[in-house]
Amino acid sequence: MASEHVKHIEPYSPQFGTMMPLGFQKKMRTCVLWQIVRFIAINIRMTILILKSHH
Amino acid sequence: MARLIIMGGGVSGHTAASFARKWLGNEHEVVVVTPNSLWNWIPSNIWVGVGEMSKEEVVFPLAPVYEKAGIDFRQAKAVSINPEGKADSDNAFITIEYTGQGKEGQSEELTYDYLINATGPKLNFGATPGLSDGKGGLGEHTVSVCTADHAIHAALELDACVEKMKKGERQKFLIGTGHGMCTCQGAAFEYIFNIEHVLKDKGVRDMADITFITNESFLGDFGMGGIHFSMGGYATSSKVFAESLYAERGMDWIIGAHVNNVEAGKVTYESLDGTMDEQEFDFAMLIPPFAGAGLKAFAKDGSDITDTIFAPNGFMKVDAKYDAGAYENWKATDWPRTLQNPTYGNMFAVGIAFAPPHTISKPMSSPNGTPINPTPPRTGMPSAMMGKAVAQSIVDMMVNGATEPTHTASMSEMGAACVASAGKGLFTGTAAAMTVYPIVPDFETYPGVGRDMNGTTGELGLAAHWVKHILHHLFLWKAKLKPGWTLIPE
Repeated sequence: MASEHVKHIEPYSPQFGTMMPLGFQKKMRTCVLWQIVRFIAINIRMTILILKSHH
Repeated sequence: MARLIIMGGGVSGHTAASFARKWLGNEHEVVVVTPNSLWNWIPSNIWVGVGEMSKEEVVFPLAPVYEKAGIDFRQAKAVSINPEGKADSDNAFITIEYTGQGKEGQSEELTYDYLINATGPKLNFGATPGLSDGKGGLGEHTVSVCTADHAIHAALELDACVEKMKKGERQKFLIGTGHGMCTCQGAAFEYIFNIEHVLKDKGVRDMADITFITNESFLGDFGMGGIHFSMGGYATSSKVFAESLYAERGMDWIIGAHVNNVEAGKVTYESLDGTMDEQEFDFAMLIPPFAGAGLKAFAKDGSDITDTIFAPNGFMKVDAKYDAGAYENWKATDWPRTLQNPTYGNMFAVGIAFAPPHTISKPMSSPNGTPINPTPPRTGMPSAMMGKAVAQSIVDMMVNGATEPTHTASMSEMGAACVASAGKGLFTGTAAAMTVYPIVPDFETYPGVGRDMNGTTGELGLAAHWVKHILHHLFLWKAKLKPGWTLIPE
């Protein structure tokens, strides 16, 4: 179950008011195949940003 | 023959000098005045500070690089500027005081035709009692990652804490900003995540209480008034993004804090609501506020014109709108475009050295009147872009007959890519890759959140760590002016 991936958070603490990643999200962060795709995407994104920024 | 002097050899100064040297003919001189003999890729100091990199991996000697490039290198600090010359000469000049090259302590006057101020920040540890050593340097109670040597010291202190934890002694870590007017929250952000990652690797994470303390009124302000990322079909606030990262790792945070005193094992701070509080620590890394380099300026008759050229905080005035007034009146167009000094057209300031028109984050203060808000970040990619744009303008003015600057680099018209490490490791590391466009929100062009949602994104993952690691090598390659350096973007 997804809830197994979230450690206990004290209700009404500042930490309780934000989003927490579940298992799939955490797994994808270090999944090499998916991260190769993201690596390409980040590089394209940054290249566009650099091209837009030079005047 | 004309001479361009660049005061400062950090990211912006080094970029300006390198490109100016490449574009100017040999009949023109390019001089760099910097007190440091080593160039430091500062973003990687984070990894030195957790023992994952050595100092040698983040620094290199400047002298051989400049000698090969044909740049006149003076290991010295700039002391003053005489933009009108002096009584017996109309030649503008700066006065420098050597810190190396066998001339330590000697002064010299260097005339210039064009001047770039890229002096970067003075690390103002002295602004917070107990944060400094009493002489303006880093004090004994905390550590820093602002320089490579500071980072080595931080890594040693961290090791000592790890040893204590291995023996069963619980340790409190406090990372963040050491004053209400700090910038560079990103460095503290990276450092706390790297510490958490290293403690986990060493099997002692459960023995550590880790707290972030910041002058931001909310986590994720980053001195840019926060960012909305395009994420999962939503324009998601950086507050949610940042808080999620801390919460996931079980780290606490204190926001809106002006650290007003540091002593052994304890800081006291004032919050935005005016309350005073304390936080104990066994290990603390607190970023100091930045100030200008403290240069003086004199007119031809010797009178002091420092106030004409520099803002009260020591940063150089440029083509910014300094009378923008209250926050409600601020516009993206307040930000400087050419970075040219309004009084002396042959003088420019880039990177941290230019005086911003105002903050980007909303100014705030406690009921006691203490200002507590981040000052604008202008390091890394934007400062390199400024260095390049100003070098282009000066080259056009020196050799192509231009009478005005031909290139611009406004922080309200450029984006920034920030890759914040959250732990090192080829397959276990992660980093937050953030792009923001433009840096200064422009609510007229981008109604809503002030930024282009196609260019403002954030994600956490291994890929971003790879990017961070590759950038480390690419930027050092570029800074060493090795073959193909011009192909590597700023």
